[in-house]
Amino acid sequence: MLDVLDTFSALPIASLEVGHHLYWHIGNLKVHGQVFITSWIVIAILLTASVLATRNIQRVPTGAQNLMEYALEFLRDLAKSQLGEKEYRPWLPFIGTLFLFIFVSNWSGALVPWKLIHIPEGELAAPTNDINTTVALALLTSIAYFYAGFKKKGLGYFAKYIEPTPILLPIAILEDFTKPLSLSFRLFGNILADELVVAVLVLLVPLFVPIPVMMLGLFTSAIQALVFATLAAAYIHEALEGHGEEEH
Amino acid sequence: MDPLVSAASVLAAALAVGLAAIGPGIGQGNAAGQAVEGIARQPEAEGKIRGTLLLTLAFMESLTIYGLVISLVLLFANPFS
Repeated sequence: MLDVLDTFSALPIASLEVGHHLYWHIGNLKVHGQVFITSWIVIAILLTASVLATRNIQRVPTGAQNLMEYALEFLRDLAKSQLGEKEYRPWLPFIGTLFLFIFVSNWSGALVPWKLIHIPEGELAAPTNDINTTVALALLTSIAYFYAGFKKKGLGYFAKYIEPTPILLPIAILEDFTKPLSLSFRLFGNILADELVVAVLVLLVPLFVPIPVMMLGLFTSAIQALVFATLAAAYIHEALEGHGEEEH
Repeated sequence: MDPLVSAASVLAAALAVGLAAIGPGIGQGNAAGQAVEGIARQPEAEGKIRGTLLLTLAFMESLTIYGLVISLVLLFANPFS
């Protein structure tokens, strides 16, 4: 890290700790412990919400059940609008899980006061502001759309690489690499940028002034979760339909 | 860190995010202008236009974010230090 930024992070209120991690050694692997802790908390929140909502199901929903039914309807509409009426159902759990995990992760980074909990090295933050989390999610999306294509068309799936003309073969192959790359970088960059901007503003003016930027951060976090889920659905749809007429 | 590498990295980081902001800025301006025009022509479609606009703005913004990722790598995880 640069020296100037080190003097910034010596201040007690706002620290910019990019690139400092709490390392856990598991076998030969070095893993980022703070991401695991926050991911587990996010998973626990989601599990608790689902259990609470489905424990005592009523015909007229109230409270937690109402909220989760709203979320389910929202996700169903999202998947239906991208994948179409006939094919959306088997992919709804995947797309819904992606959206809910990313959404709760992003918002937990902004709403849960992680900075009050001190860990030996690094700091707790949204799990999605670590590139490893977003790359894992993006690679899962890649596997999902390859699986969708193979299941529907078998080896005929590869025909889409040479379908209009074989000249475009390199670009078609390159596309399979740029899709996970852009998905993961988009999410990672947005969340990290949000946290950095908020940290810098808190550093300059600790009271009240950062609040509008925090609200903007909440908004973009939600939009990014929506964008990730929408794009995952669009890629799966493209693999199911043959070569895409819709490019993002 | 070598002061020359450090200076070049800071300059490159500023250029990366600054240049990456130009194109999406123009694009987002165009998109927002067209959306306002669309709402003026057809005020009852405002909700639909706003939803689509926000989603497309997020796509355009991701281009700047790529530049930002490059500058963050240069500042915090510099491969040449």
